Amino acid sequence: MSSIRPIGLICLIVSAVAIAADVDLSGFVDSRYGLRTQNDPNKGDKTLEELRLQLSSIWYQDLFTATVRSDFLYDGVAHHHDRVDLESGEGPVDLREANVQFTPVDWADVKVGRQILTWGTGDLLFINDLFPKDWKSFFSGRDEEYLKAPSDALFTSFFPSFASIDLAYTPSLDADRFIDGERFSYWDGTGLTGRDLKTDQPDHWFSHDEFAARIYRTVSTVELAAYGYSGYWKTPQGFDPVSQRNTFPELSVYGTSARGALAGGIARFEGGYYDSRGDRAGTDPFIPDSQIRLLAGYEHEIIKDLTGSAQYYLENTPDAGDNRHVITLRLTQMLMNQNLMLGLFTYWSPDDRDGYLRPKVSYKITDNWKAEVNGNFFFGEDRHTFFGQFADDSNVACAMRYSF
Amino acid sequence: MKTLITAVLTLASVHAFALTVDEIVEKANQAAYYAGNDGQADVKMVITDAGGGERIRELRILRLNTGAGTQKFYVYFKAPADVRNQVFMVWKEVEQGKDDSRWLFLPALNLVKPIAPGDKRTSFVGSDFVYEDVSGRALWEDTHELISETDTQYLIKNTPKNPGAVDFSEYTVTIDKQTFLPVKAEYLDKNGKLFRRVEAVKSETVQGRPTVTESRVDDLVRGGHTVNFFSNIRYDIGLNEQLFTERFLRRPPREATK
Repeated sequence: MSSIRPIGLICLIVSAVAIAADVDLSGFVDSRYGLRTQNDPNKGDKTLEELRLQLSSIWYQDLFTATVRSDFLYDGVAHHHDRVDLESGEGPVDLREANVQFTPVDWADVKVGRQILTWGTGDLLFINDLFPKDWKSFFSGRDEEYLKAPSDALFTSFFPSFASIDLAYTPSLDADRFIDGERFSYWDGTGLTGRDLKTDQPDHWFSHDEFAARIYRTVSTVELAAYGYSGYWKTPQGFDPVSQRNTFPELSVYGTSARGALAGGIARFEGGYYDSRGDRAGTDPFIPDSQIRLLAGYEHEIIKDLTGSAQYYLENTPDAGDNRHVITLRLTQMLMNQNLMLGLFTYWSPDDRDGYLRPKVSYKITDNWKAEVNGNFFFGEDRHTFFGQFADDSNVACAMRYSF
Repeated sequence: MKTLITAVLTLASVHAFALTVDEIVEKANQAAYYAGNDGQADVKMVITDAGGGERIRELRILRLNTGAGTQKFYVYFKAPADVRNQVFMVWKEVEQGKDDSRWLFLPALNLVKPIAPGDKRTSFVGSDFVYEDVSGRALWEDTHELISETDTQYLIKNTPKNPGAVDFSEYTVTIDKQTFLPVKAEYLDKNGKLFRRVEAVKSETVQGRPTVTESRVDDLVRGGHTVNFFSNIRYDIGLNEQLFTERFLRRPPREATK
């Protein structure tokens, strides 16, 4: 617990600076504890043990807006919780945002620096959103906002009359915060393991870069979009037999989406072609094959204060003749003046016979205090499937948060 | 002869100045929800539950009239802390068969999320106000009847054409004859029992427009109430329709943050 003191000190300094500069300062303190619901021969019982302080400040100026948002944490489960690593977010500091936004001309906005980037229509499914995700946080029951990992990027938006255009340039690959044996065990190709996954991550600035684009406009009440991406697979799905390390092969993605009101609800469709540039022939066993990914979803209020949504998702790998179908369901019930929330999100794949259940109960005790209990339950008939490999990682977590 | 002329003129003027019930509800609707071409207000919402527990919401509302009864709303949350900087946007429709479009912007995820249209009698941000209290209820959804009038007020009874879609069997609205602001609305449940009351507690004239500056709703069944305090009210500030788009959800404009 010796890292608590530096956190307090940092908190004090940031607060003092914020007050002196007369900027808006807010944040929260979040304590969270998670346990496996079964034994894992490769890992201990704890999936979460942390105390987190988030400080957020937005500085509105006439010419620009500056945003800084950072987490300071004590993490009892992370392997390297004493070392600051802003890329992986491990260690006592996880810098979420540090950016400047300005409007050089009426028809364009620029945001440069560390930022959270999101687009696309899927609900906890991503096809054209290739911005970094944090699967460790997601699977261990941290707040849903942590599913999005920060990008270090130049984000430019243009607003000509015919459409809106977003361009995101990331000079050095921002990979996902993927499952690497730190918190969860996983399938390494031959068996389950809790060992650290060894990877070779491209990290040369301006050569190992990523470029993402979106063009969108609303026609009648339907929001249409087209996307393009050039970069890398965001998790180390490749393998180098010489170095015996996992790699991030080159990837381009082209896709489209549509979203709009339908029969009193919201319907969405999204598709994308994953062009695995390192193995277009689909013959290299160490590089993932190209894929077609599709999703269709619908959300509707079932009765007052109870909303339901369903999605169908397909990953088609033509070279392997393989399909993975996934169905998701979401139910959200608000009770007691919207202070009590009961939620359930499920993934289920009928052909891989695996799935993932995310139940959650949260209660706002006061405007400042919130209590939460959530679960992450993985199941699968085989241990090599996407969710099946995490069956020993199923966990429940509880949290208490004070927002200010 | 002179008497006759006077009598005819008097009759004519009475006829000319007696408003029909539809004219009254139309004028009241305009006064309550459409003042100016656009407007802004800061709202402090104090939600008190039956046990006396208090919760507070602070938000800035920007509103633009976009013609034929349609409107756009931009709601920027300032408090409580867990929803700070979130934005709720509505494109309001009044035509029968058309649903409002609603979006929520969650800054921590940089996510613009469309919200399924849903029940308009659902609580607005956990308060005793419902969405319809905030953006107005389309006039065609009820039949209106002038029950009585005094020197200063009209009393209108409103009966829903589709009673299955709402939580009340009828409601009466008291309208001030001078300002046409609705000053009280009382809702009866399916058994004809009063269960909900909305009141304009205070009003002022802002830029020549009668404006409610404090409103209160009482949940007479559960015992809770919510009071809205409006400040920084301005009309005709020249809001650009561009502001009510995804661009400005992701980048709240000065009109919302200042």
